[in-house]
Amino acid sequence: MIKYELIIVGGGSAGIAAAISASENGCRDILLLERDRELGGILQQCIHNGFGLHRFGEELSGPAYAERFISMLKETNVQIKTSTMVLHIGKDKTVSYVNAKEGYVTLQAEAVILAMGCRERTRGAIAIPGYRPSGVWSAGTAQKYLNMEGYLVGKRVFILGSGDIGLIMARRMTLEGAKVLGVAELMPYSNGLPRNIKQCLEDFDIPLYLSHTVIQIRGKERVEGITIAKVDDTLKPVKGTETDFEVDTLLLSVGLIPENSLSEEAGVELMPKTKGPLVDESLQTNISGIFACGNVLHVHDLVDFVSLEGEKAGKSAARYIRGELMTNACIKTRAGNGIGYVIPAGICVENIEDKQELMFRVTKNARDVKVALYLNDVLIKAIPKKRVAPSEMEKIILKKEELSAGEADLTVCLIED
Amino acid sequence: MEQFDVIIIGAGITGSFIAHSLSKKECRILVLDKNADVADGATMANSAIVHSGHDPKPGTLKAALNVRGSRMYKEICEKLGVSYQPVSAYVVATDEAEEKILNTLYKQAVERKIPAFFVSGEEARKNEPNLSETVVRALELPTTAIIYPWEVAIALMEEAVLNDVQLKLEETVKEIIKCDTEGFLISTEKGSYCSRYVVNAAGVYADEVYQMALDGFGCKDAPCCKIHPKRGEYYVLDKLKEPLVSRVIYPVPGPSGKGVLVVPTTHGNVLLGPNAEYIKDKEDVSTTAEALEYVKKNVCKTVRNIPFDKVIRTFAGLRPSSDEKDFIIEQSPYIKGFVNAACMESPGLASAPAVAEYICGTVMKEEFSFPYKKQYKRRKPMTVVRNLSDEEKNLLVKKNPDYGQIICRCEQVSKGEILDAIRRPVGARTIKGVKKRARPGMGRCQGGFCEPAVLDILAKELGISPLDVKLAGSRSVMLVEKMKEDRDDKI
Repeated sequence: MIKYELIIVGGGSAGIAAAISASENGCRDILLLERDRELGGILQQCIHNGFGLHRFGEELSGPAYAERFISMLKETNVQIKTSTMVLHIGKDKTVSYVNAKEGYVTLQAEAVILAMGCRERTRGAIAIPGYRPSGVWSAGTAQKYLNMEGYLVGKRVFILGSGDIGLIMARRMTLEGAKVLGVAELMPYSNGLPRNIKQCLEDFDIPLYLSHTVIQIRGKERVEGITIAKVDDTLKPVKGTETDFEVDTLLLSVGLIPENSLSEEAGVELMPKTKGPLVDESLQTNISGIFACGNVLHVHDLVDFVSLEGEKAGKSAARYIRGELMTNACIKTRAGNGIGYVIPAGICVENIEDKQELMFRVTKNARDVKVALYLNDVLIKAIPKKRVAPSEMEKIILKKEELSAGEADLTVCLIED
Repeated sequence: MEQFDVIIIGAGITGSFIAHSLSKKECRILVLDKNADVADGATMANSAIVHSGHDPKPGTLKAALNVRGSRMYKEICEKLGVSYQPVSAYVVATDEAEEKILNTLYKQAVERKIPAFFVSGEEARKNEPNLSETVVRALELPTTAIIYPWEVAIALMEEAVLNDVQLKLEETVKEIIKCDTEGFLISTEKGSYCSRYVVNAAGVYADEVYQMALDGFGCKDAPCCKIHPKRGEYYVLDKLKEPLVSRVIYPVPGPSGKGVLVVPTTHGNVLLGPNAEYIKDKEDVSTTAEALEYVKKNVCKTVRNIPFDKVIRTFAGLRPSSDEKDFIIEQSPYIKGFVNAACMESPGLASAPAVAEYICGTVMKEEFSFPYKKQYKRRKPMTVVRNLSDEEKNLLVKKNPDYGQIICRCEQVSKGEILDAIRRPVGARTIKGVKKRARPGMGRCQGGFCEPAVLDILAKELGISPLDVKLAGSRSVMLVEKMKEDRDDKI
């Protein structure tokens, strides 16, 4: 069996950044596997601007952002295989893939980085009642048809879910001549970035129906209409609040799910809340030598942070290969009151170089709050926040000396005044 | 005008079995269906079980044909090269009243020589750990099997077509009258066909087709069956790390049918359902929040730990139900040569091979006594790459690299398999047609990733514009407009 030091599964923004960073950190023998014809992942169909503000200090389109990383990658020694589908990852870090040129191949890696990204939640997953005609798509699929293949999927559109892809598609389809009649959001707040609500809905007078959902899809062959209704506090539709819309298309932007079927096959333990792997401070999973980064780990708001996370995973994998990583994560993190999840799940203080980042999401919109950190019930940090929202990932950076070396619980809480 | 010996109306599982049976004989057969594909009605949306035959009332055709059909399926599936998995079943009782019903079912099974035995609740839970705590006793029916219904129908029709059966899709029968010479003249929106015999296997429309014939033969007021479509809704669960159940789990049957089941599928998913609701519209396969809620509530009575967060799809199907409470399989007493295979509700799928045998060998024994063909062509089973060993896969990819290009990750479907689905006899013409044959889009992402690629392959293979590719029916357009500007600059 052919051996590699490092195999990276997925050539989107996370995988590319991981590959570059692993190479810069001394990894010599790196293979990057990508299922699509080209690298860049979902960025290639995101032709709108807004990528790279943090990273490059300028607003780039998705393909332009990808291009910067791809050209950096080309300068490295990383081997790349595109149009190559990974079919299995073993506990023993064997990676099996297939492509038209080589057929079915299994390789042995010392370390593996999971960078498979995420997939969109579907109509089936949320069981919207009604017919199953053509004209119901996840927003990302409609985006692929439009931006990659050059076809419009419909002329009168309603969108369920105010995730960013849905918002972006509301604007994009409007600009291409479709009429977007509205966006319904189940929750009393949007999950999209505030700037997208402004630039994609408000600027085009597209109404946003908060606390609403689609309760019916009509049309036996092609969508002919949908009905929305208000939902109560338990998210159940309220009778008598129905509104019909005559549309030929329903787009869904109802959440993204980390794509972890391969990870599960490898025995990687997942976090129920994120549906991504449980990782330690080095982004290492419960299987030693398997790392995760980007949207396969948890769904990010901005690609800039995906790239950062990829770089961290690449560096960690290089350290692992050199035998520098310990795996005794003594500190367990916990999501306390008002916090949905915390990454990493465990911290091995010895592995921290100088600082450690905690990433988390709050569970509801709130203003003038404090994010508090307790180490074994002792408050070690309280950071005031003007406003927090589930749609925005929060980060806290801790210095190594702020953390104890022994066993401990680190709890993140939201404190409202 | 084209002359046929037998015209079969309906290309569902019943029509396909009849066409396949007759294709072995020297006769000219035409199959007509109003849909764009074989197996698009009740065959498309059901529980996919070959019931053992324990359940139908004694003395009915349902009982006789289900028992016989269940014994025929294995060999037929092996010959066709399609899946057949004898997974067994538990009928579970949760109280004394239900145990009594189990006893009745047991007696019926024994009388029909169907293997059946009781297991205690505890033992049943040992074999099926997710069985509900409330289950006190179970009746095991080891001959119960699962199949992939439309795969069977398509395979049967493929082999029939290979042996000169003609299949015309998207043709709705509009009129059935006497032919000048003898037999029937059947008209659709596209053409007229003459035939000596007609088999009505039109599913939920069988009553209308029969009435049409009665009208055409001047027997307007003769009694005609009346079909009341009975809708059933289901959830489909993703493939799970640990299987939820390995057997089919039935509750004890009630007045409206076999109840809400938990069914493993041939591809490792789980079906939960159905409910039973009489509806008016024969095309109304919409799902409803109420029925899905009912399924959810009831299914939890027999099985626990159901991961509803792993639901990947919901669907509804219509059963061609009737007041007769039995299949109607007979030559019309009013129209000689016109055979009804009507009211084929459950166990219609399990009985289908026996229905064909009964029609060709008993009901129409004389009329269908055509000589057997000397040569019969067998279909080549589909190449399913994911089922091959690594060596076999590599040999295949070396010969044809298309089998190494995976289009659908969830179900691991290669481009080669999609091309096969389109190029084979009775090939796919739509997105759904490809999905039914090769399974891209059947997995957890429901085509989110692969659908644009499948659409592109279909358009190229069929030599049509992507704008003309349909999901299923003629009005189910996918893309509505080609963008004018050249977007080559975007990357």
